[in-house]
Amino acid sequence: MYAWIFRHLPGPLWLRIITSLALIFVALVLMVQFLFPWMSHFTQFTDSTIGSADQP
Amino acid sequence: MVLQEKAEPATAPAPRRALLSGAISVIGELLITAGVILLLFVAWQLWWTNVESDAKQSQVIKEFAQDLGSAAPAPAASAPAAPPAAAEDFGKPVVGTAPGHAGTIGIMYIPRFGPTYTRPIVQGTSQDVLDTLGLGHYSNTAMPGAVGNFAVAGHRQTHGAVLDNIHTLVPGDKIYVQTRDGYYVYVFRNNQIVLPSRTDVLEPVPTRPGVAPTESYLTMTSCNPRFGAEERIIAYALLDSWRPAAAGPPAEIAAQVAAATGRS
Repeated sequence: MYAWIFRHLPGPLWLRIITSLALIFVALVLMVQFLFPWMSHFTQFTDSTIGSADQP
Repeated sequence: MVLQEKAEPATAPAPRRALLSGAISVIGELLITAGVILLLFVAWQLWWTNVESDAKQSQVIKEFAQDLGSAAPAPAASAPAAPPAAAEDFGKPVVGTAPGHAGTIGIMYIPRFGPTYTRPIVQGTSQDVLDTLGLGHYSNTAMPGAVGNFAVAGHRQTHGAVLDNIHTLVPGDKIYVQTRDGYYVYVFRNNQIVLPSRTDVLEPVPTRPGVAPTESYLTMTSCNPRFGAEERIIAYALLDSWRPAAAGPPAEIAAQVAAATGRS
Protein backbone atom coordinates (compact mmCIF):
# COMPACT_ATOMS: atom_id res chain seq x y z
CA MET A 1 0.00 0.00 0.00
CA TYR A 2 2.68 2.47 1.03
CA ALA A 3 4.89 1.28 -1.83
CA TRP A 4 1.97 1.87 -4.21
CA ILE A 5 1.44 5.40 -2.85
CA PHE A 6 5.16 6.11 -3.15
CA ARG A 7 5.21 4.88 -6.75
CA HIS A 8 2.29 7.11 -7.67
CA LEU A 9 3.67 10.31 -6.17
CA PRO A 10 4.65 12.76 -8.89
CA GLY A 11 8.11 14.07 -9.59
CA PRO A 12 11.64 12.72 -9.27
CA LEU A 13 12.83 10.59 -6.36
CA TRP A 14 14.00 13.47 -4.15
CA LEU A 15 10.63 15.22 -4.54
CA ARG A 16 8.75 12.04 -3.75
CA ILE A 17 10.80 11.57 -0.58
CA ILE A 18 10.04 15.14 0.51
CA THR A 19 6.35 14.72 -0.34
CA SER A 20 6.08 11.50 1.64
CA LEU A 21 7.81 13.10 4.65
CA ALA A 22 5.32 15.96 4.43
CA LEU A 23 2.43 13.50 4.26
CA ILE A 24 3.73 11.70 7.36
CA PHE A 25 3.99 15.03 9.17
CA VAL A 26 0.43 15.97 8.22
CA ALA A 27 -0.77 12.59 9.48
CA LEU A 28 1.07 13.17 12.80
CA VAL A 29 -0.44 16.63 13.23
CA LEU A 30 -3.94 15.30 12.54
CA MET A 31 -3.41 12.51 15.08
CA VAL A 32 -2.15 14.84 17.83
CA GLN A 33 -4.85 17.42 17.17
CA PHE A 34 -7.89 15.21 16.76
CA LEU A 35 -7.35 11.47 17.06
CA PHE A 36 -5.37 11.28 20.32
CA PRO A 37 -7.55 13.68 22.34
CA TRP A 38 -10.54 11.60 21.25
CA MET A 39 -8.78 8.34 22.13
CA SER A 40 -7.83 9.69 25.55
CA HIS A 41 -11.51 9.59 26.56
CA PHE A 42 -11.15 5.83 26.68
CA THR A 43 -8.13 5.82 28.98
CA GLN A 44 -8.25 6.04 32.71
CA PHE A 45 -5.67 8.65 33.64
CA THR A 46 -7.70 11.71 32.98
CA ASP A 47 -10.21 11.66 35.82
CA SER A 48 -9.02 13.32 39.00
CA THR A 49 -12.22 14.89 40.25
CA ILE A 50 -14.63 13.71 42.86
CA GLY A 51 -18.13 12.54 42.00
CA SER A 52 -20.06 14.57 39.49
CA ALA A 53 -18.44 17.84 40.52
CA ASP A 54 -17.55 18.29 36.88
CA GLN A 55 -19.74 21.33 36.38
CA PRO A 56 -17.94 24.38 35.02
CA MET B 1 12.55 -16.72 -4.89
CA VAL B 2 12.10 -20.37 -4.23
CA LEU B 3 8.48 -19.77 -3.26
CA GLN B 4 7.77 -17.82 -6.41
CA GLU B 5 9.26 -20.44 -8.67
CA LYS B 6 7.08 -23.02 -7.02
CA ALA B 7 4.01 -20.83 -7.32
CA GLU B 8 4.37 -20.22 -11.02
CA PRO B 9 3.15 -23.54 -12.31
CA ALA B 10 0.21 -23.63 -9.83
CA THR B 11 -3.31 -23.95 -11.25
CA ALA B 12 -4.74 -20.62 -9.96
CA PRO B 13 -4.57 -17.85 -12.59
CA ALA B 14 -1.82 -15.28 -11.93
CA PRO B 15 -4.02 -12.10 -11.67
CA ARG B 16 -6.15 -13.61 -8.88
CA ARG B 17 -3.08 -14.67 -6.99
CA ALA B 18 -1.64 -11.16 -7.32
CA LEU B 19 -4.90 -9.67 -6.09
CA LEU B 20 -4.90 -11.94 -3.05
CA SER B 21 -1.29 -11.22 -2.11
CA GLY B 22 -1.91 -7.51 -2.67
CA ALA B 23 -4.90 -7.55 -0.34
CA ILE B 24 -2.96 -9.42 2.31
CA SER B 25 -0.06 -6.98 2.14
CA VAL B 26 -2.46 -4.02 2.44
CA ILE B 27 -4.08 -5.60 5.50
CA GLY B 28 -0.64 -6.27 6.96
CA GLU B 29 0.48 -2.71 6.41
CA LEU B 30 -2.74 -1.39 7.96
CA LEU B 31 -2.18 -3.58 11.03
CA ILE B 32 1.39 -2.33 11.35
CA THR B 33 0.08 1.23 10.99
CA ALA B 34 -2.46 0.64 13.76
CA GLY B 35 0.32 -0.65 16.02
CA VAL B 36 2.50 2.37 15.31
CA ILE B 37 -0.45 4.71 15.96
CA LEU B 38 -1.10 3.03 19.32
CA LEU B 39 2.55 3.41 20.31
CA LEU B 40 2.46 7.06 19.25
CA PHE B 41 -0.70 7.51 21.31
CA VAL B 42 1.03 6.15 24.41
CA ALA B 43 3.94 8.53 23.84
CA TRP B 44 1.53 11.41 23.31
CA GLN B 45 -0.49 10.60 26.42
CA LEU B 46 2.40 9.99 28.80
CA TRP B 47 4.89 12.54 27.51
CA TRP B 48 3.60 15.08 25.04
CA THR B 49 0.54 16.13 27.08
CA ASN B 50 2.96 17.06 29.89
CA VAL B 51 5.10 19.15 27.54
CA GLU B 52 2.02 20.94 26.23
CA SER B 53 0.45 21.54 29.64
CA ASP B 54 3.69 22.72 31.24
CA ALA B 55 4.10 25.32 28.52
CA LYS B 56 0.47 26.42 28.83
CA GLN B 57 0.66 26.63 32.62
CA SER B 58 3.84 28.73 32.52
CA GLN B 59 1.94 31.03 30.20
CA VAL B 60 -0.99 31.25 32.63
CA ILE B 61 1.39 32.08 35.51
CA LYS B 62 3.09 34.72 33.38
CA GLU B 63 -0.23 36.34 32.54
CA PHE B 64 -1.28 36.24 36.19
CA ALA B 65 2.02 37.87 37.19
CA GLN B 66 1.54 40.60 34.61
CA ASP B 67 -1.96 41.10 35.92
CA LEU B 68 -0.57 41.36 39.46
CA GLY B 69 2.05 43.85 38.32
CA SER B 70 -0.44 46.12 36.61
CA ALA B 71 -3.07 45.88 39.33
CA ALA B 72 -0.83 46.64 42.28
CA PRO B 73 2.58 48.09 41.51
CA ALA B 74 3.02 49.23 45.10
CA PRO B 75 3.76 45.84 46.76
CA ALA B 76 6.83 45.32 44.59
CA ALA B 77 8.36 48.45 45.96
CA SER B 78 7.43 47.90 49.59
CA ALA B 79 8.20 44.18 49.71
CA PRO B 80 11.98 44.33 50.18
CA ALA B 81 11.68 47.36 52.46
CA ALA B 82 11.49 45.87 55.93
CA PRO B 83 10.46 42.27 56.38
CA PRO B 84 10.31 41.75 60.15
CA ALA B 85 11.30 38.24 61.10
CA ALA B 86 8.87 38.00 63.99
CA ALA B 87 5.62 36.16 63.48
CA GLU B 88 3.19 38.67 62.15
CA ASP B 89 -0.54 38.66 62.50
CA PHE B 90 -2.40 40.34 59.73
CA GLY B 91 -5.81 39.54 61.15
CA LYS B 92 -8.53 37.75 59.30
CA PRO B 93 -7.53 36.71 55.78
CA VAL B 94 -9.03 38.64 52.92
CA VAL B 95 -11.16 36.41 50.73
CA GLY B 96 -11.16 37.23 47.05
CA THR B 97 -14.14 36.96 44.74
CA ALA B 98 -14.28 33.90 42.51
CA PRO B 99 -13.38 34.56 38.88
CA GLY B 100 -15.45 33.21 36.01
CA HIS B 101 -14.90 29.77 34.55
CA ALA B 102 -11.24 29.20 33.60
CA GLY B 103 -10.23 32.46 35.30
CA THR B 104 -6.98 32.33 37.24
CA ILE B 105 -7.36 32.38 41.04
CA GLY B 106 -3.69 32.28 41.89
CA ILE B 107 -0.54 30.21 42.10
CA MET B 108 0.20 27.26 44.33
CA TYR B 109 3.69 26.64 45.71
CA ILE B 110 4.47 23.30 47.34
CA PRO B 111 8.16 23.11 48.35
CA ARG B 112 7.81 19.38 49.04
CA PHE B 113 7.24 18.85 45.31
CA GLY B 114 10.50 20.63 44.48
CA PRO B 115 11.81 24.18 44.69
CA THR B 116 10.39 25.07 41.29
CA TYR B 117 6.90 23.72 41.88
CA THR B 118 4.59 26.55 40.82
CA ARG B 119 1.22 25.70 39.35
CA PRO B 120 -1.70 27.93 38.47
CA ILE B 121 -5.04 27.49 40.24
CA VAL B 122 -7.87 28.01 37.82
CA GLN B 123 -11.61 28.22 38.38
CA GLY B 124 -13.55 25.09 37.41
CA THR B 125 -12.89 21.36 37.29
CA SER B 126 -14.02 20.61 33.75
CA GLN B 127 -11.69 18.83 31.39
CA ASP B 128 -10.58 21.94 29.51
CA VAL B 129 -9.28 23.42 32.78
CA LEU B 130 -7.65 20.31 34.23
CA ASP B 131 -6.12 19.16 30.95
CA THR B 132 -4.25 22.34 30.21
CA LEU B 133 -4.53 25.09 32.79
CA GLY B 134 -3.39 23.40 35.99
CA LEU B 135 -5.13 22.84 39.30
CA GLY B 136 -8.87 23.24 38.99
CA HIS B 137 -10.87 24.85 41.80
CA TYR B 138 -14.20 23.16 42.53
CA SER B 139 -16.31 26.21 41.83
CA ASN B 140 -18.92 25.29 44.46
CA THR B 141 -16.34 25.31 47.28
CA ALA B 142 -14.82 28.20 49.23
CA MET B 143 -12.14 30.58 47.99
CA PRO B 144 -8.65 30.58 49.59
CA GLY B 145 -8.66 31.89 53.14
CA ALA B 146 -12.41 31.64 53.58
CA VAL B 147 -13.83 29.64 56.46
CA GLY B 148 -14.80 26.37 54.84
CA ASN B 149 -13.19 24.18 52.25
CA PHE B 150 -11.03 25.43 49.39
CA ALA B 151 -10.94 22.34 47.15
CA VAL B 152 -8.86 21.81 44.04
CA ALA B 153 -8.34 18.89 41.65
CA GLY B 154 -5.27 18.07 39.59
CA HIS B 155 -3.95 15.32 37.36
CA ARG B 156 -1.71 12.68 38.95
CA GLN B 157 -0.36 11.68 35.53
CA THR B 158 -0.46 13.23 32.05
CA HIS B 159 -1.42 16.80 31.18
CA GLY B 160 1.24 18.30 33.42
CA ALA B 161 0.93 15.72 36.22
CA VAL B 162 0.39 18.60 38.64
CA LEU B 163 -0.23 16.39 41.68
CA ASP B 164 2.09 13.52 40.76
CA ASN B 165 3.84 13.64 44.14
CA ILE B 166 0.76 14.14 46.29
CA HIS B 167 1.57 10.95 48.22
CA THR B 168 4.96 12.35 49.31
CA LEU B 169 3.45 15.11 51.46
CA VAL B 170 4.41 14.81 55.11
CA PRO B 171 2.23 16.21 57.92
CA GLY B 172 3.46 19.71 58.65
CA ASP B 173 4.44 20.47 55.05
CA LYS B 174 3.56 23.99 54.00
CA ILE B 175 1.39 24.63 50.97
CA TYR B 176 1.36 28.22 49.78
CA VAL B 177 -1.42 29.81 47.77
CA GLN B 178 -0.77 33.19 46.23
CA THR B 179 -3.75 35.24 45.04
CA ARG B 180 -4.24 38.87 44.09
CA ASP B 181 -4.96 39.59 47.76
CA GLY B 182 -2.01 37.89 49.38
CA TYR B 183 -0.43 34.67 50.49
CA TYR B 184 -2.27 31.89 52.30
CA VAL B 185 -0.13 29.37 54.12
CA TYR B 186 -1.73 25.96 54.58
CA VAL B 187 -0.21 23.14 56.59
CA PHE B 188 -0.70 19.62 55.28
CA ARG B 189 -2.39 17.37 57.80
CA ASN B 190 -3.24 13.99 56.28
CA ASN B 191 -4.32 12.22 53.17
CA GLN B 192 -6.98 9.68 52.48
CA ILE B 193 -7.75 7.28 49.66
CA VAL B 194 -11.43 7.11 48.78
CA LEU B 195 -13.73 5.98 46.01
CA PRO B 196 -14.54 8.52 43.28
CA SER B 197 -18.11 8.80 44.57
CA ARG B 198 -17.10 10.35 47.92
CA THR B 199 -18.30 13.89 47.30
CA ASP B 200 -18.32 14.55 51.04
CA VAL B 201 -14.59 15.30 50.94
CA LEU B 202 -15.64 18.60 49.39
CA GLU B 203 -17.96 19.55 52.28
CA PRO B 204 -17.13 22.79 54.18
CA VAL B 205 -15.78 20.49 56.87
CA PRO B 206 -14.37 17.62 54.78
CA THR B 207 -16.22 14.30 55.18
CA ARG B 208 -18.63 15.80 57.71
CA PRO B 209 -21.75 16.96 55.88
CA GLY B 210 -23.92 19.46 57.72
CA VAL B 211 -21.25 20.55 60.18
CA ALA B 212 -20.65 24.30 60.24
CA PRO B 213 -16.99 25.07 59.57
CA THR B 214 -14.87 27.13 61.93
CA GLU B 215 -11.57 26.67 60.12
CA SER B 216 -10.23 27.10 56.61
CA TYR B 217 -9.40 23.85 54.87
CA LEU B 218 -7.53 23.13 51.69
CA THR B 219 -8.51 19.86 50.00
CA MET B 220 -6.66 18.52 46.98
CA THR B 221 -8.00 15.60 44.97
CA SER B 222 -6.17 13.53 42.39
CA CYS B 223 -6.43 10.08 40.91
CA ASN B 224 -5.13 7.00 42.62
CA PRO B 225 -3.25 4.81 41.97
CA ARG B 226 -0.80 6.54 39.66
CA PHE B 227 -1.67 5.68 36.05
CA GLY B 228 -5.13 4.66 37.18
CA ALA B 229 -8.38 6.18 38.30
CA GLU B 230 -10.13 3.51 40.34
CA GLU B 231 -9.77 5.61 43.48
CA ARG B 232 -9.06 9.19 44.51
CA ILE B 233 -6.28 10.35 46.78
CA ILE B 234 -7.25 13.31 48.92
CA ALA B 235 -4.84 15.62 50.74
CA TYR B 236 -6.18 17.80 53.54
CA ALA B 237 -4.48 20.93 54.83
CA LEU B 238 -5.44 23.62 57.33
CA LEU B 239 -4.93 27.37 57.00
CA ASP B 240 -2.05 28.39 59.22
CA SER B 241 -1.42 32.04 58.45
CA TRP B 242 -2.02 34.77 55.96
CA ARG B 243 -0.04 37.70 54.58
CA PRO B 244 -1.48 40.52 52.51
CA ALA B 245 0.12 41.08 49.13
CA ALA B 246 1.58 44.37 50.36
CA ALA B 247 3.56 42.53 53.06
CA GLY B 248 5.38 40.50 50.45
CA PRO B 249 5.70 36.73 50.16
CA PRO B 250 6.63 34.53 53.12
CA ALA B 251 10.41 34.29 53.41
CA GLU B 252 10.40 30.52 52.72
CA ILE B 253 9.03 30.94 49.22
CA ALA B 254 10.32 34.42 48.38
CA ALA B 255 12.73 33.00 45.80
CA GLN B 256 10.03 30.88 44.13
CA VAL B 257 7.62 33.80 44.01
CA ALA B 258 10.28 36.01 42.49
CA ALA B 259 11.11 33.35 39.90
CA ALA B 260 7.47 32.70 39.05
CA THR B 261 6.22 36.24 38.90
CA GLY B 262 9.42 37.88 37.76
CA ARG B 263 9.42 40.38 40.63
CA SER B 264 11.30 40.72 43.89
